[in-house]
Amino acid sequence: MFKIEKLFDDLSFSLKKNDKELLYSEALIELTKHHYSNCVEYRKILDVLEYDINIEHTRKDIPSLPVRLFKEYNLHSVDKEEIIKTMTSSGTSGQKVSKIYLDKSTASNQTKVLAKILSEFIGKKRLPMLVIDTESILKDRNNFSARAAGVLGFSMFGFNITYALDVNMEIDYPKIEKFLEKHKGKDILVFGFTSIIWEHFHKPLLNDSTNSINIEKGILIHGGGWKKLENEAVDSITFRNMILKSSGIKKIHNYYGMVEQTGSIFMECEEGYLHCSDYSDIEIIDNNFKTCDYGKKGLVKLYSLLPYSYPGHIILTEDSGEIIGEDDCICGRVGKYFKIHGRVKNAEIRGCSDTYKS
Amino acid sequence: MIPISLKKHDNVQYLIGEQVLELKPFVPYDDLLCDLLCDFSKSLLKNKQAQEYPDVIAFAFWCRKSNISKLKESFGTNHNRLGLGIVFHITPSNVAVNFAFSFVFGLLSGNANIVRVPSKNFAQIDIICYELKRILEIKKYKLIKKMTTFIKYDRDNDITSYFSSICNARIIWGGDLTINNIRSLPVSARCVDVAFSDRFSFSVINAESLIELDNVGLDRLIEGFYNDTYLMDQNACSSPHLLVWTGKNKSKAKNIFWNALYLKVKNKYELSSVNAVDKFTLLCKNSIDLDVRINFKNFDNFIYVLNLNQLVKDIDKHHGKFGYFFEYDTDNFDELSSIVTNKYQTLTYFGINKNELVNFVVNNSLVGIDRIVPIGKALDMDVIWDGYDIVSKLSRIIDFK
Repeated sequence: MFKIEKLFDDLSFSLKKNDKELLYSEALIELTKHHYSNCVEYRKILDVLEYDINIEHTRKDIPSLPVRLFKEYNLHSVDKEEIIKTMTSSGTSGQKVSKIYLDKSTASNQTKVLAKILSEFIGKKRLPMLVIDTESILKDRNNFSARAAGVLGFSMFGFNITYALDVNMEIDYPKIEKFLEKHKGKDILVFGFTSIIWEHFHKPLLNDSTNSINIEKGILIHGGGWKKLENEAVDSITFRNMILKSSGIKKIHNYYGMVEQTGSIFMECEEGYLHCSDYSDIEIIDNNFKTCDYGKKGLVKLYSLLPYSYPGHIILTEDSGEIIGEDDCICGRVGKYFKIHGRVKNAEIRGCSDTYKS
Repeated sequence: MIPISLKKHDNVQYLIGEQVLELKPFVPYDDLLCDLLCDFSKSLLKNKQAQEYPDVIAFAFWCRKSNISKLKESFGTNHNRLGLGIVFHITPSNVAVNFAFSFVFGLLSGNANIVRVPSKNFAQIDIICYELKRILEIKKYKLIKKMTTFIKYDRDNDITSYFSSICNARIIWGGDLTINNIRSLPVSARCVDVAFSDRFSFSVINAESLIELDNVGLDRLIEGFYNDTYLMDQNACSSPHLLVWTGKNKSKAKNIFWNALYLKVKNKYELSSVNAVDKFTLLCKNSIDLDVRINFKNFDNFIYVLNLNQLVKDIDKHHGKFGYFFEYDTDNFDELSSIVTNKYQTLTYFGINKNELVNFVVNNSLVGIDRIVPIGKALDMDVIWDGYDIVSKLSRIIDFK
């Protein structure tokens, strides 16, 4: 029986191709059996797809679940009494949100794995933390946003958590200066959402002729999507160069992940590529759902060893991406490394029953 | 009658016509109206750009003289009729040419027309409006010109309310929500609404007849079925979602049919990633929600076939898209009568006598199925649509004794 704890003693980017394949074949097949036996919706889908859990399969044969299903159904593979926490995804008003049901061990594994992965970028110790956002996002308990959840999730890696923006989303220079003065010479964890950093931190800094900020010992971890920046043709490399220019931060890492696979996030390395850790894997598939070769763009299918209390171990995203290589990134980390090219484009819907919806 | 000055609104763009609308209803199929359509058809068919758009060509072909004469003849002269007055058309936002059909129906009934074209930019709209404008400049059609207005605006209940308040009839295309929304906007007491709502359509194929087809016949059938479905991503209300198989040797026939369709789709249809994910998501949802045994076949994501081992009562709520079909085998077509609701619109058929199908509807006193046409004709628009004779609906009878 596969035990995820076995991986906790090693570094998070250490499994080479063959070992990983062996481990994943076993672990994913077992997880699939578990979800099949304990989640009735999952079982119905696999039955229609004629996936027989008693026959030997490769892991690529295991069906993936489209992420949208987590918005429309309450999918869990443990008894309701064992659920200790329900996570919800971001969603603009009116949209349905994903609901992810966590039992004690899944929740704890998520936290452990996130800590392990991050420690290889920011070290094992907690760091003074500067959040590029406003504290008021935490105030509205009724409308707890993904932004707030992200900030709280990452807060456990920091101390003296300081919010760099005021209620009006403007840079609070005196507060930041005080914070930087206090932690002079020490590494600083800077955290925020890509688009907010760009709009409310980077741009004002660049245009401000009187004030300036230099966080030379900062390590910036940012995520949440590139959609707004893509319109301005800002990619990861441009982002890094520009942020260095405006704030002096040299170490900058984007992260990528889905609420359905919280914990086993993908981190951007020094070379600008996102990396699978030992806890996760990626496959790119074409429109016929056949596996694409490395270097070819397609739909992103994600694997994670963490989801036990809900059937999210293999998910089909609506993102487009491409795998660059495996085990041979110049940064030295093993595992697959890849790029994300944003959401797959929404095709024009043809039909005569829609006067207004668009 | 006095001309009506249309209220000015900043967000309304006038594509054809001005803000004064003349109101002199014609007799339906008046010679002048038929002549105009004939000229319109000719000029569209001559338009070089139009050649690139099969839907424009199909529309132009529909407007040709012989077709209109045929319609006129079958409409008959049993009554003295005149158009109702002003027809306000709220046309579907994502089909390029339905607005043109809608207009022609209003015109042939003898009315002045205010046509709201789709807010999306389709090249087809430009081509059709360009040619219509030219035709309306011809002196002979001066009066019709004054009775024709094409407008464009984004969703705006105020504007829709205004035009609703001045018209004598509305043609409303849209989903149930849209139609209910527009119906809630006040109209004059005598105003007639013709609503084309979400419908469900299906097909029936006789297995033995299909097996007997030669290659040419099979290709014609497959091409027809392809046009009925993939051409509009199965989103047209007359595109089938359910295929009912009758007769002997069903599995052999299905094999021939789906494989031939697969070859066609593979060569002609562009399946996008979004659509592939949509289809798979729908399959997962159906697997969870439908309480019947589903035998699923996937042709490289181009075709999904879900064979159901029993009839699902609310199958009309399950619309396939991008080539996603439910399938049911039966030796007793009459059992279908238990599921037909008033949501059912078009029944397309192959290998079955159409009279049998008409009898099926009539003898079972069904509340649905308005249209029975051969496979390949599902999308053909006509003046009889959704069970209405539109020209009758949009004109009034002057009774005299």
